[in-house]
Amino acid sequence: MAFSLPPLPYSTNALAGQGMCQETLELHHGKHHNAYVVALNGLIESKGLQGKSLETIVAEAGKAGADGLPVLNQAGQHWNHILFWQVMSPKGGGDKLPGGLAAKIDQDLGGLAQFKEAFKQAGVTQFGSGWAWLIIAPDGKLKVTKTPNGANPISTGEGTPILGVDVWEHAYYLDFRNVRPNYLDNFLNKLVDWEVVETLLKQGGLKSEQSA
Amino acid sequence: MPATAARRALFLGAGAALTLALPRRVFAQAAAPASAPPPSGPFTLPPLPYANDANEAAIDARTMQIHHDLHHAAYVNNLNAALREHSQLHALKLEDLLAKLGELPEGIRAAVRNNGGGHANHTMFWGVMGGRGGQPSGELLAAIDRDLGGFDQFRTRFEQAANTQFGSGWAFVTVTREGRLAIQQKPNQDTPLMEGGRALLGNDVWEHAYYLRYQNRRPEYTRAWWNVVNWDSVAQRYAAAKAGTLTI
Ligand SMILES: [Fe+2]
Ligand SMILES: [Fe+2]
Repeated sequence: MAFSLPPLPYSTNALAGQGMCQETLELHHGKHHNAYVVALNGLIESKGLQGKSLETIVAEAGKAGADGLPVLNQAGQHWNHILFWQVMSPKGGGDKLPGGLAAKIDQDLGGLAQFKEAFKQAGVTQFGSGWAWLIIAPDGKLKVTKTPNGANPISTGEGTPILGVDVWEHAYYLDFRNVRPNYLDNFLNKLVDWEVVETLLKQGGLKSEQSA
Repeated sequence: MPATAARRALFLGAGAALTLALPRRVFAQAAAPASAPPPSGPFTLPPLPYANDANEAAIDARTMQIHHDLHHAAYVNNLNAALREHSQLHALKLEDLLAKLGELPEGIRAAVRNNGGGHANHTMFWGVMGGRGGQPSGELLAAIDRDLGGFDQFRTRFEQAANTQFGSGWAFVTVTREGRLAIQQKPNQDTPLMEGGRALLGNDVWEHAYYLRYQNRRPEYTRAWWNVVNWDSVAQRYAAAKAGTLTI
């Protein structure tokens, strides 16, 4: 089995009214994400990845440090984008969080406003390319973190993401140019589908269902 | 638009001066251009040495404008902000700050690395463009033949370094005091200056450098980039490197 590009869970123009235009989604999903899938499939044989789940590959590549980077770059980015498409939706946005998620954010992160500020800070301060995350840490608590390039909290061993935002410039350049903070505000206030995040919290994170 | 016309005229003027006095104009970081707003720290944003559309054969004018006026400006502002409370560092030249990152107060080390690196890299970047491509000649071409396998192989290898830098970063040609050349790739805003080295030239492969025209097609950008390299400027940098006067 090879890895495949999952279809977007909405049409490429579905988020245009929420700050993510059709061209961004066409390029980001159809070109950028697809390129990671193609490159990863090209590594399966030479890196001996056959039969492994995407999550296992990401975790092992992360543990391998610099030697694992060629695989992590592609596998991490495949996983990261799968999550990213899931946590946005045309129904996204707003400050009405499902009860379980809201209570957990209050308890672990000091409330929605504080969480948003911490998440935005993580995204703004990830210098260069990378991601900001809301994760379930090994102690069961929610935590905000960030990772560079194709890494993620699975590869660093920090925990299991239930929300992630891409801060590579390709994610926001057509819509927000150099103004990453506005992209992050827009993501948090207009794009995040909190129902999905709640579901991922209950499930203990995203299972990509992808394997080599 | 009068404002644009005035700015363009200024850039063209600066471009003319650049050819004659490149080392002094481009590398004197602490000297503020007459037209710039008062500096809020030791460093100032140098004006583009040519009009925004001077690199149209590879880079559109809108990208040049955003890249210089917003991205590069942000690196300068953030560098000044990081240094504001550290007046003992204000006399240091940019290349010295970057060569001594490990000796800086820990609280500002990352900010100086990222923003000082960004300031140095972009200043160099503007300085090696604005040309019409073609080929280097003389001593520089001989060095490329000797160290990089000739001009054609050099370009292929340099493009490969630029295309395979995963995420944000740069491809550089480094140059030693002896005039030896090598190709290097670096992440984010790291620069050979951080190892006490010098960049002869470099290409920015952050997505902001090419996204408006090339989107995901980085290799098209790195191929087209040769169209706007100013080999006269690069030759002057090469001579300066050998004379020990190349600063950033
Ligand atoms: Fe992306
Ligand atoms: Fe740049």
